[in-house]
Amino acid sequence: MEHSHRDDVGSRMGLWLFLFSELILFGGMFIIYAVYRFKHPEEFRLASEELDPFIGTVNTIILLTSSLTVAMSITAMQEGKKNLSMSLVGMTILFAVIFLVNKYFEWSHKISLGIYPQSPDLLNKPQGEILYFGLYYVMTGLHALHVVIGIVILAVMMMYIKTGKINKDSFVRLEAGGLYWHLVDIIWIFLFPLFYLIQ
Amino acid sequence: MTTATIAAEPDFYHEKTRFKGIFGWIFSTDHKRIGILYLIAIIMFFLVGMAIGVLMRLEMLNPENTIITPQTYNTFFTLHGIIMIFLVVIPAFPAVFGNFFLPLMIGAKDVFFPRLNLLSWWLFIAGGTLALVSLFLPGGAADTGWTFYVPYSIRSNTNIIPALLAAFILGFSSILTGLNFITTIHRMRAPGMTWFKMPLFTWSLYATGWVQVLATPVIGITLLLVTIERLFGVGIFDPTLGGDPVLYQHLFWMYSHPAVYIIVLPAMGVVSDIIPVFARRTIFGYKFIAYSSLAIASLGSLVWAHHMFTVGMSNTGMFLFSLLTFLVSIPSAIKVFNWVATLYKGSIELEVPLLFMLAFIVQFSIGGLTGLMLGALSVNIHVTDTYFVVGHFHYVMFGGTGFALFGAIHYWFPKMFGRMYKKRPAFIGWLFMTVGFNILYFPMLILGYMGMPRRYYHYLAEYETLQRIATVGSWIMVAGILLLIINLIVSLKRGSKASANPWGGKTLEWTVSSPPPTENFHEIPVVTTGPYDYSEYERTTSELT
Repeated sequence: MEHSHRDDVGSRMGLWLFLFSELILFGGMFIIYAVYRFKHPEEFRLASEELDPFIGTVNTIILLTSSLTVAMSITAMQEGKKNLSMSLVGMTILFAVIFLVNKYFEWSHKISLGIYPQSPDLLNKPQGEILYFGLYYVMTGLHALHVVIGIVILAVMMMYIKTGKINKDSFVRLEAGGLYWHLVDIIWIFLFPLFYLIQ
Repeated sequence: MTTATIAAEPDFYHEKTRFKGIFGWIFSTDHKRIGILYLIAIIMFFLVGMAIGVLMRLEMLNPENTIITPQTYNTFFTLHGIIMIFLVVIPAFPAVFGNFFLPLMIGAKDVFFPRLNLLSWWLFIAGGTLALVSLFLPGGAADTGWTFYVPYSIRSNTNIIPALLAAFILGFSSILTGLNFITTIHRMRAPGMTWFKMPLFTWSLYATGWVQVLATPVIGITLLLVTIERLFGVGIFDPTLGGDPVLYQHLFWMYSHPAVYIIVLPAMGVVSDIIPVFARRTIFGYKFIAYSSLAIASLGSLVWAHHMFTVGMSNTGMFLFSLLTFLVSIPSAIKVFNWVATLYKGSIELEVPLLFMLAFIVQFSIGGLTGLMLGALSVNIHVTDTYFVVGHFHYVMFGGTGFALFGAIHYWFPKMFGRMYKKRPAFIGWLFMTVGFNILYFPMLILGYMGMPRRYYHYLAEYETLQRIATVGSWIMVAGILLLIINLIVSLKRGSKASANPWGGKTLEWTVSSPPPTENFHEIPVVTTGPYDYSEYERTTSELT
């Protein structure tokens, strides 16, 4: 059954509710992180020194820039610049892929050092460090999963722009895709200091 | 509000759909069809859960082995919990009656996101199927109890992962339903239907929607983490890797306590909607009931640790959680008093739906008061993990929500299916169900107080009499439930045709024909009066007195 009229406010409201629930999903993990950090402050500090803040900073810059490009694509669409909007979404996807490639190298480097769940090296470490790396893999892993989902959503947005389903007068879908991408970004903004920066 | 029935318009059972036969249903985005689909699925899950429950009670007939092995008993109480909680009482009201009646009650043609609604149903079916399939996979059904407490849920060799994923998927379905309803209520109310002209069931769905959206993700991530821990051996909750099992319990109850309010709030909404109809009186204290729904939803999110008074917590924490638990009872009691005050001096018609509501009020009050006993720290230590908890829990979940569910089915059956049911068998069914229910669960409260632990396969001889009484109660109750369901199924074909408004309800769903047309309202109605405008009756009663 089609709606008799479009209601962009309602669509946005639904999306925001979904974003709340996503935030709380990660919120559960942030609680776990906080509790374990409180219990093992010294071991968490030692473990975090194993991470490379340089690669984390690069990835943060990449994600922030990608949020900028997706926001610009919406403005471009509002001004009716269809091709510009599409290439900006394309750039966002490109940044997302670069982020994942970096993540891949980061993880494989850790694994080559023998730090992965159930590895003999990790099990020999103190319990706080086991928890730290457990959370590191799970939280960045779930975040990476959200990046992948974001890429799929953005790809669909590109298709919609191409077919004209998203246009100058109806861009609420693009806004939704953009908001989802900002969510992926903001979760990283919290993950980055928690794992890479706090001493 | 005028009755605007268009005779020529086909009802939603006869609408022209894109697909034929069953596909016209399982691919339909019509909220009414989705509601019916949920109803069928949930009744089936309920019957499975009930059968398991009856078998467990049968096992408890004797202190020693009766019919099943201890391991089977463990899987039975796990499955009974998973099915009844995740597949029956949590989805029952929002998914069945929320779907069917929310748009009708607020004068809308559908929910805000119809396709998302269909997705919710598919996720529900996927989750339910996964839960049932896990029974038959090699390894055996889960035996951890429905709470999946670590470390046992990490160690048990049974099919924990399918059960966890099933609960995760069902949670996702629940989030989407809640999100959909909140948006629908905000954006799609008919002209003139202000917030305080909404039926109270709608209010309760609104409060429930927020709990669904904000609490469910916590259990989602928690169960997902246990799954990841089992699959990859990541250290999160496992104490041998430094994890904290008590942290798991906190996260679990951060959702699962608010889930109690997902279960019971819409039931309270239904009670608030049905009582005025059969008392022919405006609801007493409309705003208090509406606000108390929101109060229960928000306070109820802050009391989770009262499930964990014995696991080790600071005294300040225990004190605070106990205090907050007591505070929740205030809005709950406000509702109970308002319902009773609505009945006072009403022109009561003792129809079957009202009988269920009366049983609800009494049984919910027993459940609530025993809940206060559990919330008191000293008593709690004595009765933790005993039959007292089981009895309390069933008085709220079943004596409350379960009875409201049956009442709602009997109230809205004519609207949903366009037929009336036979009232005499329904009355007898209600009588058996109510009497059986109390014979079944009241002895549990006493047993628990005497010290009978929950989830035990064997028990001491001194508990035998009460255990047997409870088992007999389960037979009486099941007889009543089966009679009720059979009566309804027979009435689908044989019942007399129902008029648009057989009970004299004043909410908008009674202004359309029974069953409603596909488009719900030919023209979107304009609302001028409140949902319980029985002023004509009240005038006559005041003249009489």
